[in-house]
Order: sequence, then C-alpha cells, then structure tokens
Amino acid sequence: MINNKRVLIVIPALNEAGSIGDVVREVRGELPTVDVLVVDDGSTDRTAQVAAAAGAAVAKLPFNLGVGGAMRLGYRYAREHDYDVAIQVDADGQHDPRYIPKLVDALDTADLVIGARFAGEGDYRVGGPRRWAMVMLSGVISWVAGTRLTDTTSGFRAANRELIDMFATWYPVEYLGDTVETLVHTARRGHKVRQVPVAMRKRMAGNPSQSPFKAMIYLGRAFAVLLLALVRR
Amino acid sequence: MKLTLITALTGLVLVAAIVELLRRRQLREKYALLWLGVGLLVIPLAIFPKLLDRPAELIGAKSGVSLVLFLGIVFLLLMSVHLSWEVSRLEEETRTIAEDLALLRAKIEERQQTETEVMARND
Repeated sequence: MINNKRVLIVIPALNEAGSIGDVVREVRGELPTVDVLVVDDGSTDRTAQVAAAAGAAVAKLPFNLGVGGAMRLGYRYAREHDYDVAIQVDADGQHDPRYIPKLVDALDTADLVIGARFAGEGDYRVGGPRRWAMVMLSGVISWVAGTRLTDTTSGFRAANRELIDMFATWYPVEYLGDTVETLVHTARRGHKVRQVPVAMRKRMAGNPSQSPFKAMIYLGRAFAVLLLALVRR
Repeated sequence: MKLTLITALTGLVLVAAIVELLRRRQLREKYALLWLGVGLLVIPLAIFPKLLDRPAELIGAKSGVSLVLFLGIVFLLLMSVHLSWEVSRLEEETRTIAEDLALLRAKIEERQQTETEVMARND
C-alpha cells in the first residue's frame, strides 16, 4: 500500500538469477507494503527459484515471449488480483525503488507515469545514432501525448487501474512495442502520460549491447516502430 | 512431348502427395482442397497446353503459358501472405495460452503455500 493504493511491482526477468534476488530484496526492504511479481520470461537458469526465495510471487512463462509478453502477463495478474497500480521495474537493478512512491504520487494527475532518465536527475548518457533515435522518438511522442517526454524508451513506469485493464488485453510483444508503441497507443486514446525525473544506476549484472552498427539498426527499427504505431488502430 | 510428360507427372505427384497427407490427417481440409484444385487444374493444362491460348488472347497475354505463369505467381503470393497472417494469429494464440498457463501455475503455487502455512499453524 502506498497512499491507500494497492501497488504491484512487476519485474520481467530473463536469465537474471545473478541479480533478481537482490532486486527483489531491495524493493521489499524499501517498500514493505507493496507486492512484487517476478515474471520469468522462459529463463533457463534459476531465476524463478531465486525470485521466489527472495519473497516475490512468481509467474513462469513456458517459453520466452519478450518483455512485451512478460508485461502483459504482469498486467493480467494485476487485474486478476485487483491492484490499483502496476509498476514495471527492470530485473538488472537499474531502477532505484526509492523513486517508486514518486511515480505513484504522480499518478494522481496522470494515467501513466514514466521514470525518465534524462530529465535532470542522475548522469545517464548515450551518444551517436542511439541518441538520435531517442531524440526523434521523444519529439514525436511528446507531440502525440501533448506533454514533454524525454525518455520514451524507459521501462520504469507506473500504470493506474484503467491502463492495467487496457494493457491486460492489449500489449504489443514486438521489438520496442512495450515502450514506444504502448506510449503512442495510450496517448492517442486520450490517457494522460507524465514523466518524473529519476536517476538510473549501473546494472548489477549482465552487459548492455552497444556498437555503432547496432545503434544504426536501432535507429531504423525505432523509426519503423514509430510510424507503424502512428498508423495503427 | 517431353515437357508435357514432365508437367503432367508433376501434377499427378502433387495430387498424390496431397491425398496421402490428407489420408494421414496431416493437412487441414481447407488447404488440401485448395491444393487438390491446383493439381487438377494443372494436369489437363499439361496435356493440352493450348487450352488457355484463347482466354490469354482476350486479356492481351502472348500465350496461355505466360498467362499460367502470371496467375501462378499471383496465387503463390496470395498464399504466402495468407500463411503469414495465419502464423501471426497462431503466435498470438500461443502467447495467450502461455500467459494462461503461467497465471494458473502461479495460482496453484499460491494455494499450496497458504495450505502449508495453515497446516503448520494447526500442528
């Protein structure tokens, strides 16, 4: 419970046995009154067991569906168990749980709240084509949402009851669908989107995949996803 | 004459293969009937290749053979688009089933946990 709201933290995890235990324990230590659901997205390691041992509820998918697939399951779980707020947190420990109450507070004036990395707090930086892609995405989506959004690919986000309901039946499974397409879809249906500045931390385990070539591909795919999202019903 | 034989044989093999798949219940009727139709169209055309020259002339194609080629490509294109659509639908269905399975598993585990807790309390 935060502000009398039943809050569920959803953590999609794929082969994160190395960090998931610490992430779950940190969230539960910081916010003892919220529930944590780890969605094991078809891991081949002990992610599910480690998460359960750390005190999270676990839903284990039989095979890998991608972040979008894992998140729709999270939203379905939230709807079934009647939560007021569902908050997505990454399994690699990049998202600081101390910002979660701020996201929940911001839900008073919005339906979807994004924890944004470039909005003042912290010193998270990217460069090159990846940055151009982010700037392009932010520009277009800010225009669609009618509010300034600087970090549209952030996975740190909170949804209210109305959006839990929508995401439980509709949530894209394809690349960037879980971030970019959901934002466009949400904003175009007249739901209010807001961002709250957060500081990002270094991931606890695993490596980010970045090379100039991959960044160019990322730019192209981001552009395609955005165009598709804009013309889709 | 050689070409006639080859195309007619191809048609026959196609029809035989479809019938066998259908017999072993490896193919849905809707596709089987479609491919059987194709096979049964190809065989007479193989034996009498001039059959389509008349209709071809009517729409401005040089010969019946090129008309068959064109229609064949269009047909295959439509078929692969249709199959892509079916695969997309199937993927969405498997996704939903996977989610249902995970939700049910979680529910069972939750139940078992509360049961063990209740038993521990009663002991």
